[in-house]
Amino acid sequence: MENSVLLSPADNHQKALIRKLEQEAGTSISLCYQCGKCTAGCPAAFAMDFPPRQVIRMLQLGLTDMALNSNSIWICASCETCSSRCPRGVDIASLMDTMRREALKRGKTDKKVAAFNKAFLSNVKNFGRTFEAGLLLRHNLVTGQPFKDMELGLPMLKRGKASPLPHMIKGRQEMKKIFERVDQFGGEQ
Amino acid sequence: MKFAYYPGCASEGSGIEYHMSMERTAYILGFEIQELEDWNCCGATSGHNTDKLLSVALPARNLAIAERSGLNMVVAPCAACYSRHRYAEHTIQHDPEMRRKVEQVLELDLAGSTETLSILDVLVNKIGTETIAAKVVNPMTTMKAACYYGCLLVRPVEHTGFDDPEDPQTMDQIMKALGADPIDWSHKTECCGAALVTSRPDVGNPMLYRVLKDAKESGAECLVTACPLCMLNLDMRQAAIEKQFGEKLALPVYYITELLALACGDKPSQVGLEKHFVEAGTYLRTIEVRGAEARAAAEKAAQEAAEKARAKAEAAAAAKAAAAAKKAAKAEAASKAESADGQAAPAKEAAAGKPAASADGDQKKIDAFVAAFNKNPDKMAAKLVADEAQAGILVSALDDKKKSKLASLMVKDMELAKKAAAAYVQQELKKQGECQS
Ligand code: SF4
Ligand code: SF4
Repeated sequence: MENSVLLSPADNHQKALIRKLEQEAGTSISLCYQCGKCTAGCPAAFAMDFPPRQVIRMLQLGLTDMALNSNSIWICASCETCSSRCPRGVDIASLMDTMRREALKRGKTDKKVAAFNKAFLSNVKNFGRTFEAGLLLRHNLVTGQPFKDMELGLPMLKRGKASPLPHMIKGRQEMKKIFERVDQFGGEQ
Repeated sequence: MKFAYYPGCASEGSGIEYHMSMERTAYILGFEIQELEDWNCCGATSGHNTDKLLSVALPARNLAIAERSGLNMVVAPCAACYSRHRYAEHTIQHDPEMRRKVEQVLELDLAGSTETLSILDVLVNKIGTETIAAKVVNPMTTMKAACYYGCLLVRPVEHTGFDDPEDPQTMDQIMKALGADPIDWSHKTECCGAALVTSRPDVGNPMLYRVLKDAKESGAECLVTACPLCMLNLDMRQAAIEKQFGEKLALPVYYITELLALACGDKPSQVGLEKHFVEAGTYLRTIEVRGAEARAAAEKAAQEAAEKARAKAEAAAAAKAAAAAKKAAKAEAASKAESADGQAAPAKEAAAGKPAASADGDQKKIDAFVAAFNKNPDKMAAKLVADEAQAGILVSALDDKKKSKLASLMVKDMELAKKAAAAYVQQELKKQGECQS
């Protein structure tokens, strides 16, 4: 064994995680030949610590923690450009999505993005619809930036583009149940 | 045609004009939209960022409502809602395990029979641009519009597929049907920053700026969108972008349905134009004036062209008439020459020696003989040779050169002319003989 080269340092645990990510994302990272087309077209790559190609490379090398800790997965705007252009058919956007959910489960997230998502979904759960005005307000309070988007609030109200109260659907009980049952599935999806 | 209609949450707030103009568009083009009863939010990006099962279950509840209503075609004007419903449809149809889970979550059975459509797909492929063009009363002539498709109307291809993901054309086609000039530009499917402009403006704002800047630099005077989230960014946040990047953009942004309704005669207030953040009415008035000028100029040019064509046709007719007159005159001269032949030739023979005949007069006679040769070659040939057979041969031998040679000899000396004619006959006989041998 003295001449063996360790191509992937991944242990069994990491390998299992990668398999799970691939399965949920419906794609295969081994297809990637590192051409970089995904990064070239990514409109958010400028703000990422590791651009999409490198995130895929990390997974190929079994560096799952590094990939899940990168800010890239939170910067990704889900624009789908990478997936639609990849010459190998790797669904990078879906992997990004899957990694976000995995990171969330581990309590690793971008605070602002996570706060926004949480506020958004609590609207959906309680009202059945999103309540834009309330959402902005709540998001800003939670993230400690109460004056953000002030230039939008009043003009929106004046133009009848923001209702002061949420629209509520009749099936609100149904919505609560949907969220509960999804939770019961253990967020495994 | 009747569609189930999924307005989406933005229709009750920031995207209220889209909802208003969508209803107007359906009314104008004569198709029916029936709002899904008690529809819920699709979960949008927050849904699929958080949980896959949730992200399919939320739109699936709406699809189940559509299935129950018996309307399988669902139009979802918001690009994000469209994308989430397409994703759910795709999953229900192709992933049996996931479908079972969704059915358990919803406590419903799903048939997977729906087809969610974007507004662009409906307008171009279900209604047709000819139908739209036929309804236009205020064409958007001279409007320089950047058609902005963004991400989710064209990607991922396996869920959308009604247009090209890199250089889509459906919105451009609709704009052309409205009389506008959609421009070519490189950012028509680049991401505007989406929710990042709200959650992470440090990342989202530069993305938004690049889209607006490219539209401006490519010569656009306005943007057209089919998504309330793109509208929120492009329109409502444009002032903040101008401030941050120190650049005046002043690009009004319109929903495709707003422009359609306006071009088909609606008043701006009917589609909620006054609700925009970047003032949108002035540019439309500019277009009205500029379009009217352009149409007047085009009309004038067309008129001038017609005038020119008419003048040309008249000139051609006059030339034709002149040619006909000339021909008639020639024919007359020829017949005169012919009738003159009998008496004139001997008279000329007699007068041949006299130098009295002017060269000019001779030329006229020569011309008359040539004309006679052209008009009645047999008769002329008969005067120069002994019998009908030889006359026939002479006629077949005659070309323009020989005709004028004979004519001039006839004027000078009839005998010489006869000799020349005999020589031509001999030549011709020889030639024909050679051909036969
Ligand atoms: S475009 Fe596809 S093949 Fe190329 S680096 Fe990205 S994921 Fe790999
Ligand atoms: S989906 Fe994410 S990673 Fe892919 S190009 Fe868009 S922003 Fe970049």
